[in-house]
Amino acid sequence: MACIGSQGELTESARRMLTALGEPGVAEDVASRTGLPLFRVRGGLREMVEAGLVELKIGIYSSTQRGLDLLTA
Amino acid sequence: MSNHVESTTQAPSLGVTEPRVEASLPRLGMAAPAFEAVTTHGKLRLEDFRGNWLVLFSHPADFTPVCTTEFLAFAAIAPELRERGVELLGLSIDSPTSHIAWVLNIKEKFGIDIPFPIIADSNKEVATLYGMVMPGESKTETSRCVFVIDPVGTMRAMIYYPLTTGRNTDEIVRLIDALQTTDKHGVATPANWKPGEKVIVPPPGTMEEVEARLKAGFECKDWYFCVKSL
Repeated sequence: MACIGSQGELTESARRMLTALGEPGVAEDVASRTGLPLFRVRGGLREMVEAGLVELKIGIYSSTQRGLDLLTA
Repeated sequence: MSNHVESTTQAPSLGVTEPRVEASLPRLGMAAPAFEAVTTHGKLRLEDFRGNWLVLFSHPADFTPVCTTEFLAFAAIAPELRERGVELLGLSIDSPTSHIAWVLNIKEKFGIDIPFPIIADSNKEVATLYGMVMPGESKTETSRCVFVIDPVGTMRAMIYYPLTTGRNTDEIVRLIDALQTTDKHGVATPANWKPGEKVIVPPPGTMEEVEARLKAGFECKDWYFCVKSL
């Protein structure tokens, strides 16, 4: 999975996206805040939702407690 | 997957009927076939590119010379394409590990970063969906195909080159410019058109349009052949 490394750690792009979600937003907000291409943000956020690091409600992404814990670990 | 035609085929030795998925070529003006694929930038779907233009292109194999020159050429036009709202997405029937090793090798030998993702289509799923394998050339490799998909997911252009012949990436940029000009101004573009040159006013469909066009001040050779500057 592109958002979690082989040792269970966050990848650099995942870390940037989670940091950008300090304020919840849509994928375009995350792309703008991180400078990552929108396609990559969409793919990354989808993987992080599946991993339980991010949640999606009515089109708005926000970090879960698990995501925050990994970010500060 | 709407572009699939599902049929059944008789397995001659066993006498059993098994489902078979046949691919048909994508069609211009139709929705590009949806996919989800493993890439060098993680798992991506076609829908992840919505809102941007996408140039999806296939190459026969990693670590081959013509393909390497093409990747260098695609990397060179990536900034120009990005300025035009276009993303690149490569594909071959190779593993993610092979793609990563090749990208690292290109960096080491040529000093060039490959900035776009590459689909590792080991099971030929996307290649089959898009008709990228030309059995007359090779049954195990994708030919040099280019698919231009617009921001709403419509197939707008397709180019096919044989295994032996590297693509002209300037033509891909020119094609994007022409398509975007058509969308923005409702015009067509003549042979060998480049940005800044005159464009074709679409032919009139009614007598009323013919009369209106003659008064519009276009540069016309005849009623059906008019050009204008933008």
